[in-house]
Amino acid sequence: MINLLRLIGGRNASAPVARERLQILLAHERGLRGQPELLGLLRAEILAVVSRHVVLDPEKVVVRMDRGKHVSTLEVDIEVPNGFERSLAAAS
Amino acid sequence: MAKVLVVTSGKGGVGKTTSTAALGAALAQMGEKVVVIDFDVGLRNLDLVMGAERRVVFDLINVVQGVAKLSQALIRDKRLDNLWLLPASQTRDKDALTDEGVGRIIADLRTNFDWILCDSPAGIERGATLAMRYADEAVIVTNPEVSSVRDSDRIIGMLDSKTVKAERGERVEKHVLITRYDSTRAARGEMLAIDDILEILATPLLGIIPESQDVLRASNVGSPVTLNNAASAPARAYMDAVRRLMGETVNMVVPVERKGLMNRLLRRRAA
Repeated sequence: MINLLRLIGGRNASAPVARERLQILLAHERGLRGQPELLGLLRAEILAVVSRHVVLDPEKVVVRMDRGKHVSTLEVDIEVPNGFERSLAAAS
Repeated sequence: MAKVLVVTSGKGGVGKTTSTAALGAALAQMGEKVVVIDFDVGLRNLDLVMGAERRVVFDLINVVQGVAKLSQALIRDKRLDNLWLLPASQTRDKDALTDEGVGRIIADLRTNFDWILCDSPAGIERGATLAMRYADEAVIVTNPEVSSVRDSDRIIGMLDSKTVKAERGERVEKHVLITRYDSTRAARGEMLAIDDILEILATPLLGIIPESQDVLRASNVGSPVTLNNAASAPARAYMDAVRRLMGETVNMVVPVERKGLMNRLLRRRAA
């Protein structure tokens, strides 16, 4: 019965499109969920490790994650002040 | 033992307040002692839907801040003497709610009631997070429509991470309540089907409330639909949902208004 009605009203059957769009979108959004916490954690730990050896401005540490279809990338960008060899020497 | 149930959705306008009133009244009609709490601070409406808008003296914020005692803020329903309302404040903003203040009130209510229903505001901010914070169970009100399903998914994620139960490593028991369902349009493929919604949200179904004039009629006169017209299709659907909440196994059918051949054929059967 339901299939018959679907056949008659085939033109108007937008529900399958809705379902597909939702499935794709939610798969993506569920992947993003919890990610900000992960990035924050990574950033804090990277900062702690590098700071043990180099004097850093915490504001200049950027951790970014890009999700691709097949591969994702984790990008860590740390800006180091110019006289950092000197601070290295002082630390050792 | 008292149960704290949050009625939530993320999206606005899907029927949270209507459903809170109907479920609360239905539980009370079955003999349970029930309190419904409006968490929509600044935009309260549960009082209006329950027909108690002229009897509000003190509110949730007054109790949180110690201005009034809980017993002074609770309003007893005029039709059911085991149904109570704790209204939200209309003048304050949601920042006046505190986690520990809400926790204190819920703990207090647990000693006195069988069911504590928390009507969540729309959105994912303070009011919504505090409404779900102490929940044992959650009813996620969802319309068969893409934006509502997406927001429900987001709310389910929050129920699994931001509640006291989740933080303790326990689970909030979640149920999807589908409202404004039109079985004719769903059969024609114009509206997301129940099975699609349940599959996407991966959450069990509590009930299907059909789109109906009776819902608007009930809120117009300030009476939960299960009280205003108990024989109506939405009222029967809410009563079935409440029986399921209480642990009964009730066949999943979409109650219909007319008893025509088409309608009978379009009725949905589920476990």
